[in-house]
Amino acid sequence: MEKLIITDVTLRDGSHGISHQLRATDIAKYCQAAESSGVPIVEVGHGNGLGASSALIGFSLISDEAMLIAARENLRETKLGIHAIPGLATRKRDLQQAVEIGVDSFRIASHCTEADTTKKHIEFVRSAGKEAVGVLMMSHMASAKVLGEQAKLMVEYGATSILIMDSAGTYLPEDVSERIEVLFHETGVAVGFHAHNNLGMGIANNLAAIKAGATKLDGCARGLGAGAGNAQIEVLVPVLHKYGYETGINQIDLLDAADIADENFAGVGPTITSLSLISGLNGVFSGFVKPVVAASKEYGVDAKEIFLELGRRRVVAGQENLIVEVAQELLQRDSTL
Amino acid sequence: MNVAILGSGQIGTDLLIKLSKLSEFNVVLVSGRRDDSPGLKIAKEMNIPTSTSGIEGILALNGLDVVIDCTSAADHILHWAALKNLEIHVLDMTPAKIGDVYIPNVLRTKSKVEQNYLNLNLVTCGGQSSAPLVFALSKVLSITRVEIASNIASLSAGPATRANIDEYIDTTEKVLAVVSGAKETKAILVLNPAVPPITMQTTIYVDFESDTDIENNVILDQINLVVRQMQTYVPGVRLLMRPVIAANRVTITLQVKGNGDYLPSYSGNLDIINAAAIEALFELHRRNLEVVG
Repeated sequence: MEKLIITDVTLRDGSHGISHQLRATDIAKYCQAAESSGVPIVEVGHGNGLGASSALIGFSLISDEAMLIAARENLRETKLGIHAIPGLATRKRDLQQAVEIGVDSFRIASHCTEADTTKKHIEFVRSAGKEAVGVLMMSHMASAKVLGEQAKLMVEYGATSILIMDSAGTYLPEDVSERIEVLFHETGVAVGFHAHNNLGMGIANNLAAIKAGATKLDGCARGLGAGAGNAQIEVLVPVLHKYGYETGINQIDLLDAADIADENFAGVGPTITSLSLISGLNGVFSGFVKPVVAASKEYGVDAKEIFLELGRRRVVAGQENLIVEVAQELLQRDSTL
Repeated sequence: MNVAILGSGQIGTDLLIKLSKLSEFNVVLVSGRRDDSPGLKIAKEMNIPTSTSGIEGILALNGLDVVIDCTSAADHILHWAALKNLEIHVLDMTPAKIGDVYIPNVLRTKSKVEQNYLNLNLVTCGGQSSAPLVFALSKVLSITRVEIASNIASLSAGPATRANIDEYIDTTEKVLAVVSGAKETKAILVLNPAVPPITMQTTIYVDFESDTDIENNVILDQINLVVRQMQTYVPGVRLLMRPVIAANRVTITLQVKGNGDYLPSYSGNLDIINAAAIEALFELHRRNLEVVG
């Protein structure tokens, strides 16, 4: 069977779960442990990637530069990866710095229908001689056919592989199979999948993705990540091994990495809370859970109502500014009833 | 004033309709590339002279006062090379970084080079929608950081915007630095593909010095004053929620609904730039009167 490439996104998507408060020492310790267990790629940064530390989405504790340097100093065989979304990250300010620090693998991401915003960024990464993964976020908002067209654009720009994200954690395994099959047949490059666990489907959806042709998967220690978190990597890897897939990761050593996450930054880890379930059922970006809770407290309106309204408005990642607006509107509506 | 519109796409056509309502300006030519473009068709229907030879069509004119260049940043540079020695003002509708930034009531026509004929740049939708508010707040607060996040409908973001997101961010951040005096500025752009399309909105986060002693009402008055001022040229601008002042940060969310002249009203991001261009024309008009008179 073909070897799968697992990317450990604990130090990137996991940042959402801890409000982007990773310290340099957390990154250093976790990278050492991930390297020891043979993880192929560790992704590092703010939850929304390079250049995303902001009033809109939340400030990181330390700079992107400090995070990447802490990781770089502690990785040798394991590649260092980043996530970058045009509109937040620019070539000159963010990608150039990442190239200089020695990032190996660049994910250039857009909302699932906006692939043409990634052209110059993918070209930049390729001309720097680095690996460029084209990422389509919130992929449930487009059909398999549209995803195929968007992915092909990214491949034209130079993406060496394509990955779709279930950013709202809303997929059932059949939804994943349908989309991955189309991408696998249409793009001619390696295809990857990034799960969220809002409906408890994190591991199951990864299995569906591989069966449909995906060879790249993501996971996080203790299932950390936005909303209900990602697929739990120390569970995902041995399950894949039980199915006979190779990952090159030592599943016992990986437990040490998860313990280090526990001891240093993971806290209690995510569970499927009522809100992450509502977020998954309504197709709203998982990363909205924390700001929705904050707005709910501030304005005294039901967080579930906020999520339902955000779902009706078909919000996309990066529209955190709508949360307070919706909360204020609900408050006004309630007070006029 | 005699005005020529260079480029017969959506921006140029919307400007044509805006100008047709104003007696101060006379559109003497719409110059495009394709005879079958909707913009040239509309111009012909309005009995406005048209040309399909782009900049050449403009250069053949006599008695022209202003060229509004609605092409692309790369073409602005070529066009300026041809126009700069003529006695004509030029408005660049995309951020070409040639001339002075123009934001109504904020950054005026103060040219680096002392000259009578100006090249003015209308920067970005994020810049036009936020700079007036940030500038007004800088008069009452010592601003340490400014961030703006704009959400626009995917349908309102043409190929040039999509290809030049980095330039959009860079230009917007520089303008914010100029109007606020803040050391750190950040601009974020999010395209939303929802159908029906969302109306443009911008959220502005202004951080100020922690030892500032100021009544919230002073800040709110300042915001309301500027919004009313912006409404004189973009009637569809409104505060989407009441401004939040907490922990040394002012948060303002503004909706920018366009006038719906030719561009659909959800694309306030395009309309606010066109509306600012009209304000620039009025300013040049006043300036011309001064020079002549």
